[in-house]
Formats: sequence, C-alpha cells, structure tokens
Amino acid sequence: MTSVAATARVPHAHHDDRSFIRKYIFSTDHKIIGIQFLFVSLFFLLLGGLLAMQMRWQLGFPGKPMPGGGLLPETMAANGVILPEYYVQLVSMHGTFMVFFAIMPLLVGVYANFLIPLKIGAHDMAFPRINMASFWAAFAAGLLMFASLFVPEGAIRSGWTNYAPLSARPDLSGVTTGQILWCVSIVVLGLSSVMGSVNYITTIINHRAPGMTWFRMPLSVWALFITAILAVLALPVLQGAAILLLFDQTIGTHFFDPVAGGQALLWQHLFWFFGHPEVYILILPAMGMVSDMIANGSRKPIFGYHSMVFAIIGIAFLGWLVWGHHMFMSGMNPTLGSSFMVSTLVIAVPSAVKVFNWMGTMWRGNLRFHVPMLNAVAFVAMFVIGGLSGIYMAATPVDMFIHDGYFIVAHLHYVLFGGSLFALFGAIPYWFPKMFGRMMSERWGKVHFWLTFVFYNFTFFPMHILGMAGHMRRIYDPTQYEFLKPYQPMNEFISVSAFLLFATQLIFFVNFWWSLFKGKKADLNPWQDNGLEWSLPSPAPHGNWETVPRVYRGPYEFSSPEVSDRDYLPQHEKRPTDREPASATAPAH
Amino acid sequence: MSWWLPLKGSTFAGDIDGLFLAILIITGIAFVVVELGLIWFVIKYRQRPGKKAFYTHGNARAEVIWTAIPAVTMVALGLISNHYWIRIKGRDSVPPNAYPIGIHAKQFEWQVTYPGPDGQLGTADDFTVRNQLHVPVGRPIVVHLSSEDVIHSFFVPVFRVKQDAVPGMDIKAWFQATVPGQYELGCAELCGMGHYRMRAQVFVHSPEEYDAWMRQAAQEAKQ
Repeated sequence: MTSVAATARVPHAHHDDRSFIRKYIFSTDHKIIGIQFLFVSLFFLLLGGLLAMQMRWQLGFPGKPMPGGGLLPETMAANGVILPEYYVQLVSMHGTFMVFFAIMPLLVGVYANFLIPLKIGAHDMAFPRINMASFWAAFAAGLLMFASLFVPEGAIRSGWTNYAPLSARPDLSGVTTGQILWCVSIVVLGLSSVMGSVNYITTIINHRAPGMTWFRMPLSVWALFITAILAVLALPVLQGAAILLLFDQTIGTHFFDPVAGGQALLWQHLFWFFGHPEVYILILPAMGMVSDMIANGSRKPIFGYHSMVFAIIGIAFLGWLVWGHHMFMSGMNPTLGSSFMVSTLVIAVPSAVKVFNWMGTMWRGNLRFHVPMLNAVAFVAMFVIGGLSGIYMAATPVDMFIHDGYFIVAHLHYVLFGGSLFALFGAIPYWFPKMFGRMMSERWGKVHFWLTFVFYNFTFFPMHILGMAGHMRRIYDPTQYEFLKPYQPMNEFISVSAFLLFATQLIFFVNFWWSLFKGKKADLNPWQDNGLEWSLPSPAPHGNWETVPRVYRGPYEFSSPEVSDRDYLPQHEKRPTDREPASATAPAH
Repeated sequence: MSWWLPLKGSTFAGDIDGLFLAILIITGIAFVVVELGLIWFVIKYRQRPGKKAFYTHGNARAEVIWTAIPAVTMVALGLISNHYWIRIKGRDSVPPNAYPIGIHAKQFEWQVTYPGPDGQLGTADDFTVRNQLHVPVGRPIVVHLSSEDVIHSFFVPVFRVKQDAVPGMDIKAWFQATVPGQYELGCAELCGMGHYRMRAQVFVHSPEEYDAWMRQAAQEAKQ
C-alpha cells in the first residue's frame, strides 16, 4: 500500500442530505457543474460535427443527394441535395457551435469548474451560486442558438464571425430571426463566461490551501487562471458588439451600415479584439492540462516550470495586440498591417518555448503511454503544425494569397482539433475517475486515439494543398471554378476521411457511456499523480475535503530522489524534512 | 492537380512565392526537428521496468537558447516580409503610371468599369462590363474597389492579389500581369448564399490586343 492512501483522511467528507434536484440539477457543487458542462458541451460537439459532415458531403460530392438528405425540409435540401442557403448556415453554425458551445465550455466550463478547487485544495468555488447561474446561462444560450436552426429562414448565414453589414441587414442576408437569436444567445453566453471567470479568478486568488503558493500551482490551474482573465476582459467586448448588431437588426440603428453613416470595419475590429484573445481561451487550458498529463506520463518534473508560466502569461498578453492580423486584407491601413505582423510573429516565441519545454519534460523520462499521455503527445505534435502554419498567414505578403482560403481552414483545425480536442481526448479519461469513480477503457481509448490521429491528419493536412491552390473557404460548390476542378478528387478524399473521422468518434462515445456504468472501479490515485485531487476518493465527495490539505511542494515531483520506493511524491505528503506552510498557522479568514 | 502554388501571373507573384518558400524552409526545419525529436523520445525513453526518470527541473541555458532562436528568426522574418509588404500593399505602393480600372462588387457580381479610350476613370467615355476583367500585360493596373452592399473580396489567384471590397470605402489595389491568358477572379469573403458563384473571367491581353478589345467594347457600350 502506498503512503498516499495512508495519509489521506477521507471517508466521509460531508454528510450529504441534499435532494436529487439540488444535488444533480440545480447544484452549487463545482464538480457537478463541471459535469453538467461536460454533458451539454459534448452534445454540441456532436452537433457541430454533424453539421461539418453535411458540409463535407456537399464539398466532396457537390450536387449529389446526401444520404439522409431527404429528411431535411425543402428549405434546406431539395430532393436531398443541400441548397446554398443551407450550406452557408452549416458553415456559420459549425463554427459557432464548435467555438462557443463545444471547445470553450469543454475546456473552461468543464475543467475550470472541476479542477480549480480540487487542485488548489478548496471546498468549492468562491461564489457557488454565481457558478450555478453561469452554467444555466450557458445552457440557455445553447438552447437559443440551437433553436435558431429551426426558425423560419434558419440560422445565420454570415459565418461564425458574422461580418457586418451582411449580418446587420436582413434584406441582404435573407435571415431575420436566426440573426436575432445569434446575438441574444451570444450576449447570454458572455454573461455566463463573465460569471464563471470572476469566480475562477477569485477562487484561485483567495482559496488556495495552506502552502499552495503561486509557483506550486499546477500549470493547468495557471492556464485556467490566465484564461479566466482573458475571458472576463474579452467577452464583454463581444457582448457589446452583439448588442450593437442586434440594434442594427431590430431597432434601425446603423452602427455597421455605411449606407447610413456606419462603419463596416467597426464590427471586425470589435469582433477580433474579442476574437483573438478567444483563440487563446481555446488553447491555453489545453496547454495547461497537457502539461499535467505529460509530466505524469513522463514521470518527470515539468521542464522549465517558470518558463512555462511566463509563456502562458506572455501568450495571453500578446494575444491582445494581434487582432489586426485577421484584417490584413480588409482595407485597414497597411502600416497597421506591419505592426500587427510583427506582434503576431513574436507570439510564436512563447509558443515555441512551451513546445520545447514539453519535449524537455519527455527527455530522459520513463514514458508511460496511457491514453491521456498518447493524446497529450499528439497534442504537441499537432499543435506544432498548427503553430507553424500560422507563420504563413502572419507574413502579410503571403497572407495576401492564402487569406480566407483553405490554408487557414487547415491551420485553425490543427490548432483547435489537433490542439484543443486532442487535449480533451486526454483530459476526459484522465479526470474521468475523479468525476465518476470509474476508469474509461484503456484498450478502446487507444483504438480511438490511433484511428482519430490517422483520419484527422487525412482530413486536415490536404487542406493546406487546397489552400496553396487558391481554394477559397465557405464556398458551396468549388467546381464552379475552373481552376478548382482538378482538385475535386482531393476534396472527395478529405470528405471520406472526415466521415471516417466522425465514425471513429462513435468509439469514444460508446467508451464514455459504457465506462460511466460498467467501467473498472477507480482507486484513489489511478495515474500515480501528485495533484491534490488524487488525495480524495473517486468520485470526489461533496465539499471535497473535511479539512483542506496542506501543501509541501510543487505538483510535478516525479522520480524525486527523496523517495525510493515509488516515482511520485504528492503535494500534500509531509516528509520529515518538510516544514509546515506559514499560512497554515495564520488565523483563518 | 498541382501540389504547389499556381502559375506566377504578376510581377510580385515571384516575391510572394519566394517568401512562401522561405517560410516553408524555416517551418520545415522546425517541424522536422520537433517531430523527429518527439518520435525519438517516444521510442528511446519509453517505460522500462526498474528504470527511473532523470530528475531535473530544467536548464536555464536551454531556455535562453530556445527562446532566442525563435525570437531572432521571427523578427528577421518580420523585417523581410515588411519589405515586400510595403512594396506590394504599402500606402505609396501604387505605381504612378498605373492604368485605372474601377471594380464595383455587389451580390453576386463584379461590375468592371474601364476608363475608355482616354485612359481616365470618371470621364464620359467610361463603360462598364459585368464579370469580365480585361487587362493589358506588362502594365501596372490600379483597381479602385468599392462595394454596393456587403463585404466582398477581390481575389485573382494567379496574380496573388487579394483585397476586400468594403461598402463605404474606396480601396486601391494594384498588380501588373506578366503572362497573357485567361484566368479566374473569385470572391474570397462570404457575402451571402450566392458567394460561391460570384466569379468573373480575367483576360490578360497583349497591348495591341487590349487596345483592339477596348475600341470594340467602347463601341458596343455606346450603342
């Protein structure tokens, strides 16, 4: 028996006499809220994927009836053939659901909620009721956005970026209700995000266990902390822009309509001032969790922990100075283009530092390839491609050619799928035991990983080649262009790979649900990790600890020479040489 | 189907392709180093019974090296890119003798206005043709871009030129075609459900051919 089990004082943290509804539906427990976010955002991930499959059908086989297309109403598909007005909705809503309702809540809603109190040694969040409100606001926003698919004229048709004046003028876009729902949903979602972020920031600042100094926090907590700061500053900008857009659509203002004196580019400046920090909201938590998983899988301390922290801060800071790179071709002053190019290129530096430090962590390690580790290493391998391909767009002259094309579609999917989603395919099984008390199947996890890795690359890598050919994004039928006709076999290949990629996710789906009920019962610390959460039973009880643990060291003390019988040393384990943390003796506040 | 960039059809296409190649080499080296490194580590340091990982928290010198190398590379790349950017898109980049053509974008067509025989836009002999862009080879062309309704983007892949057409703005973009032939112009910014069919033909003529076309088209426009 390891000493972890021996030192953990666990059996019954709190006597739990809450009703079913207070316990599982309107719960203020951060873990339940995290799990609620998990189920809801996995649904939207599936939905976003389903929309992508329809787009890929149309791009691979333009004009051919889609299998099952007959089920769609006449306004979407004629005799099973996707209509252009439905295609632009697919494009817009795939992006909207994936960014706002799948990846962002999966990373932040799920893991900021679930991990922060568990990893810093707190009973719960600082404001549990606001936290509950944050989930329900996100849920309401999701319902509104989902409903927009079913209203007359359908959902928005102007891309997830919803560029004005197309989005501001129903007469030009052909959609009224869907546009309004988009704006309202985004305002509500922003509210959810702000409530959540305020909570995460306050909790991390005020509720760390005795001894949990800033530089003893796991990188996942650091990343979630910085992400929360980004979100609390960025989302209100988007909300403001969405409110202005809503006014343009409904009460006849003209903020974005140049015909009446508005500014078309104002929307883009506001959107991307939010949108670029948003990009880092979508990757920083993934980077943090990957750091935890790679240190665990390598059985080594994180290489260059302080560099990793400063890289997160550096990326987040620079993230505010680069929004103009989305607008190089927009007619923005080209001199601004020069400065935005330099700031964008410089952001490659902290990203490179992170990659080298992950490699440094694996160097001379004792690598265990459990499913989280496989996905975390794949994250590094794929994030590198997505990061490097960003340099092409950052270089303004090259961007002139590849802007708004498939090269950038490849780039963003290498970051968001190859990056964020692989990190999640690691994080979900990694913390599954602490959420549900059971393990996900390792064998099926590995099958899922390898198939996803192969089909993912088959799907997205060829898009670089399409982009180099000049293939524009968001076009309904590439065969309209003579110069794109020769690339149709490649589009077909991509589509078939995408279908296989989607089908592979069935393995994950089944593994997830099967493990929920039939998975192997999890021990206290199945991954032999050092984090505070692993001192709790699986699943972690309401209220977490009866008395919060004390922290004696950093989170990555693997293979420490201090212990000889095992290769990990938990943060809360007191060695004879350890002194009590100073804050433990300070008066309680 | 080509695995490389399309035909170089303008004077700056070579510069842009050269920069693309330079970035491909830089990122290619980084890609190979990282991916081979990862594969090597995955094989070499895989778990073995009785082995213990090397206990280290990092190395300050390594951090300095792998911060400095990307930083220097990126700043250098930025300076080189900016050199071309100023020449291609800078505020004063349009050659003074450039031949003017007006392009007015609207859902879902390109209205191309030619200066007529006097070579001046905004005069009585101007005429407009839908979805056909005719230009003489070897002469700088300045396109005055505007939009009727929403944002469109003027994109001719062989010229490597792209510029959004924004309602309420008059934006200039220039290029100089180098290879006579027939190409395509597409809209690169989602502008509504007909975005995918907002295309035009591009004809690059020899100067004589262009003059002949101009006389004939001006004549037809008058009738």
